Amino acid sequence: MTNFEAFDYDVLVIGAGGAGLRAAIEASAAGVKVGLICKSLLGKAHTVMAEGGVAAALANVDDRDSWKVHFADTMRGGQYVNNWRMAELHAREAPDRVRELEAWGAVFDRTQDGRILQRNFGGHRYPRLAHVGDRTGLELIRTLQDQGVHRGLDVHMEFTVVSLLISDGRATGVVGYERERGRFKVFSAAAVVLATGGTGRAYKITSNSWEGTGDGHALAYRAGAELMDMEFIQFHPTGMIWPPSVQGILVTEGVRGEGGILLNREGRRFMFDDIPEPYRTQTADNEEEGWRYTQGDKSARRPPELLTRDHVARCIVREVKAGRGSPHGGVFLDIAWIKNRLSGAEAHIKRKLPSMYHQFKELGDIDITREPMEVGPTTHYIMGGIRVDADSQMSTIPGLFAAGECAAGINGANRLGGNSLSDLLVFGKRAGEYAAQFARQNPRRGVDTAQVQRAIDEALQPFDRSASSENPYTVQAALQEMMQSLVGIVRTEGEMQQALEELTRLTARAARAGITGHREYNPGWHTAIDLKNLLTVSEAITRSALERKESRGGHFRDDFPDKNPEYAAFNIVTVQRPDGTMEVRRVPLPPMPAELQQIIEDQKS
Amino acid sequence: MTRATFKVWRSDDAGGHYQDYSVDVVPGMVVLDAIHQIQAAQAPDLAVRWNCKAGKCGSCSAEINGNPRLMCMTRLNSLDLLAPVTVEPMRAFPLLKDLVTDVSWNFRVKKAITPFTARPADAPDGTWRMRQKDVDRVQEFRKCIECFLCQDVCHILRDHKMHDEFIGPRFLAYTAALEMNPLDAADRVPELRERHGVGLCNITRCCTKVCPEHITITENAIIPLKERVVDRFYDPLTRLLRVFKS
Ligand SMILES: Cc1cc2nc3c(=O)[nH]c(=O)nc-3n(C[C@H](O)[C@H](O)[C@H](O)COP(=O)(O)OP(=O)(O)OC[C@H]3O[C@@H](n4cnc5c(N)ncnc54)[C@H](O)[C@@H]3O)c2cc1C
Ligand code: SF4
Ligand code: SF4
Ligand code: FES
Repeated sequence: MTNFEAFDYDVLVIGAGGAGLRAAIEASAAGVKVGLICKSLLGKAHTVMAEGGVAAALANVDDRDSWKVHFADTMRGGQYVNNWRMAELHAREAPDRVRELEAWGAVFDRTQDGRILQRNFGGHRYPRLAHVGDRTGLELIRTLQDQGVHRGLDVHMEFTVVSLLISDGRATGVVGYERERGRFKVFSAAAVVLATGGTGRAYKITSNSWEGTGDGHALAYRAGAELMDMEFIQFHPTGMIWPPSVQGILVTEGVRGEGGILLNREGRRFMFDDIPEPYRTQTADNEEEGWRYTQGDKSARRPPELLTRDHVARCIVREVKAGRGSPHGGVFLDIAWIKNRLSGAEAHIKRKLPSMYHQFKELGDIDITREPMEVGPTTHYIMGGIRVDADSQMSTIPGLFAAGECAAGINGANRLGGNSLSDLLVFGKRAGEYAAQFARQNPRRGVDTAQVQRAIDEALQPFDRSASSENPYTVQAALQEMMQSLVGIVRTEGEMQQALEELTRLTARAARAGITGHREYNPGWHTAIDLKNLLTVSEAITRSALERKESRGGHFRDDFPDKNPEYAAFNIVTVQRPDGTMEVRRVPLPPMPAELQQIIEDQKS
Repeated sequence: MTRATFKVWRSDDAGGHYQDYSVDVVPGMVVLDAIHQIQAAQAPDLAVRWNCKAGKCGSCSAEINGNPRLMCMTRLNSLDLLAPVTVEPMRAFPLLKDLVTDVSWNFRVKKAITPFTARPADAPDGTWRMRQKDVDRVQEFRKCIECFLCQDVCHILRDHKMHDEFIGPRFLAYTAALEMNPLDAADRVPELRERHGVGLCNITRCCTKVCPEHITITENAIIPLKERVVDRFYDPLTRLLRVFKS
């Protein structure tokens, strides 16, 4: 029996990004004992990188905005396969969650009359993103981190959860190890909240940090929970593409919100070429009008650069494929041009987009106030995740909750920019609240020591294979390469079948991955453990994508390029069969209440 | 393609040593890329922290050729690659392994600072009004990514190890952000003097020089805080006035 330290909590939160922190704060405010776990140091979670803003219909900049418009925008952006109840709760509650941040010390940019300023983003009808320059995520995470710490949250940093413990179909705790010393700890809890973020590391070109390995998705799946909508991956249209070492690093949509335009190598603004029908009446048909919109003219319609991300990403891919791309295989994003329209443009850009200015200056030696940026699509976000109840965020396993990027539902087929930070706040809070309630009603049970031992043994296996083994980094790189080319932005049946075969081979290689050294802060070991989760989510993505024989939102099939109304009626769910293989199910969407239906109709004009 | 040599600090039973690694250099590479290349091919157990690779998370702090920097924001073409590039952990914090140090002291320090306390709302809807002009100076400090490089260079911590008496530049800037927040109603001036050691800083500006976020820690945060302390505790006239006013 390997030694381990044991801890007890009422509510245990896995993940200290926006969702996990907000959940932990709420549960702790409800008076229960809360533990918080994260893989990195506190305050370094992926949320810290979010740039553009948090979407909330505060109507501070345009009083035509309201939760109803936000709801309709979110549903249309998600192509109507969203969980409408989540979209409704999200739109209704986001403004309060943002104001609450201010009460906790966040310092947002201001309007002329001193309220929280809001900016334009793709797919949002009115300027709706509350922001702090282009470092909104930092402001959000720091505010929540400080709030949580002062509430006395018990934080276990640099700690990786490797297994969920389940008894009689209920979550009872988790097993994991300290990254620093390699020691194991076992946590028993009455309720567990997963807030582990995304899966972007399954792809080669990604904006995600090393932590985005789909751990929560895979842990929940292996414990018997359902995953939903895994085919819907968001490829953000603008990642850096040059120099090679920065490939994938995000260029915020805020650049386009502030008036940045997309150009092909011929210098043509190609986004005007193809405006999708559902957005035609709300999109500018000339440059003049688009510019006025970005400068706050309420009578103007938004420029086509601010169409949804899935559409913009595909237009960029089209330009590149047609040979009209930039020298390094992307297109140009130009904010410098606004000096033709605005006096003091240089200072304006530096003030509105300070970290973009620095990012390009320091990493690419490019001055964005003078030159265009070269950009291309990058894997950014997963709409799919753990299937949860809309109100409580409880998964299909009692006592197991999920919130933030690792939960599915609110975004449907495509997420609008800014809707993630608000999602973290709204559903993080709800998860914390309902987890605390669950913990009160269902006292903690003991953990099953046999389960604990199995989890520990499995986690230590890479040490037994050190000699003639595979290098975990090499296998991880091969997986990323494979997913990028076979299950990427444009998908086909044949390539995805090939991906499944590759996954079988890679799984076998991963099972041989061994490491050298000892357990203390050993990144090779950490990589070997993450790899298993990446393989699970990659399979779920691929199988779900094969099942959806149409194109919708972030999921584009070259062999089925159109939307098929038949597929608007259900979500695709993956679940583990008793024999360990993956089952794919179609789960009908619940009918939408008439009043929500009406809101969508009203907003169509 | 050129090759460059990296002298990387590796922990061992005796404490540690520099180990040479040879790395292929391609255009645009940063120090963190080189470390990752070493990790993937030569030393899988080389310990290093990173998250964003874009200067936003403050995880990858190290000393590069003796200078405290972010590894992800240090381009190789800014270094002399004819000589070996030294990469070692921050030296003001206890070493955990290789390039990773124990920065937990910083988290404890923050806990001891009086938290943000909002004054009553201005507007009937429970919100506040603030001018951009007034939040600008707070926003400067809130850009801090908690890389702790400023803590690493501050001689009061690095050389004199006065961790019990001095909270360091990062947390002076943090305190300044709270004190200058137009909504904050708490008073941190007494603790600045009595427990946080603002008087110990002699404004050598080393912290400001290394800050990757270009925060003017000394002029904009520390000096105004020192002035508040002086006004309150040492200037009898101001003190008298205060007594009369209240
Ligand atoms: C560059 C960039 C810019 C973005 N800009 C915006 C924006 O402007 N607006 C917007 O709305 N969204 C934006 N997003 C998206 C948004 O930031 C993310 O979707 C969101 O932050 C996810 O938050 P989260 O709380 O779900 O998870 P994360 O912030 O990813 O946190 C996950 C947490 O789980 C922990 N964890 C994971 N696995 C384990 C494990 N096995 N054991 C223990 N802990 C674990 C991690 O350590 C981490 O603490 C952006 C994303 C990127 C990358
Ligand atoms: S200016 Fe003060 S805080 Fe900054 S390094 Fe010097 S002594 Fe330390
Ligand atoms: S003030 Fe600057 S140097 Fe200090 S921790 Fe913050 S970002 Fe780093
Ligand atoms: S990796 Fe985030 S600052 Fe360097």
